[in-house]
Parts: sequence; C-alpha cells; structure tokens
Amino acid sequence: MPLNVEIVSPEKRIFSGEASMVSARTLDGDLGILPGHTSLLGVLVDGEVSIKALDGTATTFTVHGGFLSVNKDRVSILGESAE
Amino acid sequence: MGAQLRIYRRRMRSVKATKKITKAMELISASRIVKAQTRVQASTPYATELTRAVSAVASFSSTKHPLTTESDKPIRAAVLIISADRGMAGAYSSSVIKEGDQLVSLLRNRGIDANAYLVGRKAINYYRFRNRAISGQWSGFSDNPTYEHAKEIADSLINAFIADAQTDKNGVDELHIVYTEFRSMVTQEPMAKRMLPLEVVESSAPPPSGALPLYEFEPSAASVLDALLPRYVEARIYNAMLQAAASEHAARRRAMKSATDNADELIKSLTRLANAARQAEITQEISEIVGGADALASANAGSE
Repeated sequence: MPLNVEIVSPEKRIFSGEASMVSARTLDGDLGILPGHTSLLGVLVDGEVSIKALDGTATTFTVHGGFLSVNKDRVSILGESAE
Repeated sequence: MGAQLRIYRRRMRSVKATKKITKAMELISASRIVKAQTRVQASTPYATELTRAVSAVASFSSTKHPLTTESDKPIRAAVLIISADRGMAGAYSSSVIKEGDQLVSLLRNRGIDANAYLVGRKAINYYRFRNRAISGQWSGFSDNPTYEHAKEIADSLINAFIADAQTDKNGVDELHIVYTEFRSMVTQEPMAKRMLPLEVVESSAPPPSGALPLYEFEPSAASVLDALLPRYVEARIYNAMLQAAASEHAARRRAMKSATDNADELIKSLTRLANAARQAEITQEISEIVGGADALASANAGSE
C-alpha cells in the first residue's frame, strides 16, 4: 500500500500524490518513512525532503521551518516555505 | 445657451466622469474578491494539517506550554485590529474599528487594559487622530497580505504574550483579534476572537476510524509543541488577514456599485432638468419674438 504524501505551505499546496518512501531530516537526524510507519510528529530542520514515487523516481523539495506528520500511511509535510 | 442650461450640462459631465471611475473600481474589486477567495482556499490545507497536528499533540501529551497557559490574574490584553489601507469601501473599516472599541470597553470592564496593535492605515489614522497609544502598527498590504506579513505580526504579538505582563509594560496576558469575516459575497461580519492563550480544540470532526492512534514525537512532545504553536498562531492570523482582504474587496465592490447606481440616477434627473431648462429657453425666445413682432405690427398700425 503506497503512502499518501502532501506537502503544503501556508500559501498553497505544493505537492500531493502517492509515494513508496519519504525521507526527511528531523532535529534528531535523518528519517525514512515507508508504508506502515507508526504515527509520528516531527520537527524538520531546514533542508531537503525527498519523495520516492511508486515508479522509483525521486523528487526533492526544499522545506523551511517545517513539520512532518505521519498517520496511517498519510504523510503530511508542512513548511513555512517550500519549493 | 442660457446660464441655467450650461450649469446642468457641466454637472452632468462631472457626474459622468465620477461614474466612470466608480464603475472601474467596482469591476476591479469584483475581480479581486475572486482572487482573494482563491487565496483563502489555498491556505486551507495548511491550516487543516496544522490543526490536526496541534490537536494530536494536545490529545496525546499533557505538555504545558506558555502559549496555552491562562494567567490567573490577567491585567493587560493585546487587541489586533485588521482594517483597510484605503477608503472607498463603505463602512468596512469603521465597523471593524467599532467592534474593536466594543471589545476594548468589554476588557476594561473586566479590569484589563488593552494594548492596540493595528493593521491598515484607516485604523492607524483613527487611533492617531484620537491620540490613543498604539503598541504596534503595520500598513500597506491590507488588500493583498502575504504569509510573511502575518508572520511578522504574529512574532511581535507572541513576544508580547510571552513577556511577563506584571513586570513588563509591553507584556500581555491575552491576545484578541478583530477582523471582518468573509461569509459570502454579500455578507461580511466584523468579529472579535480570542487567540491566546490558545484553547486547543480537539479536532471538531473526529477521524472516521475512531480515536487517533498514539503518536511518536521527534524529538519530544514538548519541542514539537514549541515549534507547532507559534506556527498555529501565525496561520490563524494569516487566515484572518486573508478573510479581511476578501471582505474589504467585497465591501468596496458594494460601495462602488451603489455609487455607480447613484450616479446613474443623478444623470437621469439632471438630464430631465436640462431638457426643461432648454425648453423654457426656447419658449421664452419664441414669446420674445412673437411679442416683438406684435409690438412692431401695432406700432406700424398706429402710424398709418
């Protein structure tokens, strides 16, 4: 079952789609999220978030002042600014 | 051309010029309402996600945070009033300022002083003219606010809130926000809401699958809350500013529409008056000619 990923900034939704893996860096260190991950809320450090799509291609976004929340294969990344 | 007729014509020309301006402003505002509404909608996903996250932390950890703690004895409150930079919007600014005044007197009855934080030139001028103290002011973006503006405002308000109100003159125990809520194209209502201390409402619509699962926090619940809550305040201020902007455009459109309608009425009645004046002039000229001819005829008849 794929992950449902959303990246949103206050001004718009930046990305929305399915992915097989999401990796990001929290205050504690790098974090990889695969389907079936436990519910999690994390503070991200400024930097890149990469999303691996179902076909294996990776997309990277730069997120500032962000959070990551995971709940039942639903990953939302909130950034003050993201691109 | 008679003097009366010339005056009517001149007034008609000036009313027509005004009507062109108000009509243009009406059309501009109408197109901007749509844009402003789109921006309100575009900010919704972020607000929803943020609210979900905040209520998750609030429900699964008993962490205390300065932003959620009520003061036992509040003595000062910040009141953020969001008004417009420009006029020509009917009662938009004055009704939001009036709502703010009501809130201030309500707070005073509870024994709380109010520090005014103002957005928009209209509110700033109103306070300045009455020599009232202003704790913070921002202007120049009321019709098109960005998140950066909201963040700047939120930062200074959060700082005032965190400062101790008992010892610091700028510190406040509560934060209230007064803005105009955009209900629909025809209804906008000035609103006063308390923003801080936050009352975290556990998500109004519970997820269909029942209770939320236990969350893990990275690095800890306290630090997640630390980072989340200021964002939450920012997002709510941003949302209020966007709604206020949409309301401003709607109010301006309505004001300009009635101005255009009035100009139409005025032109119509002036045309009637000008026609009557022209007819009176013609009648007078004819009677003068007839009178003159009569006088000539009777003079000639007398000499013969």
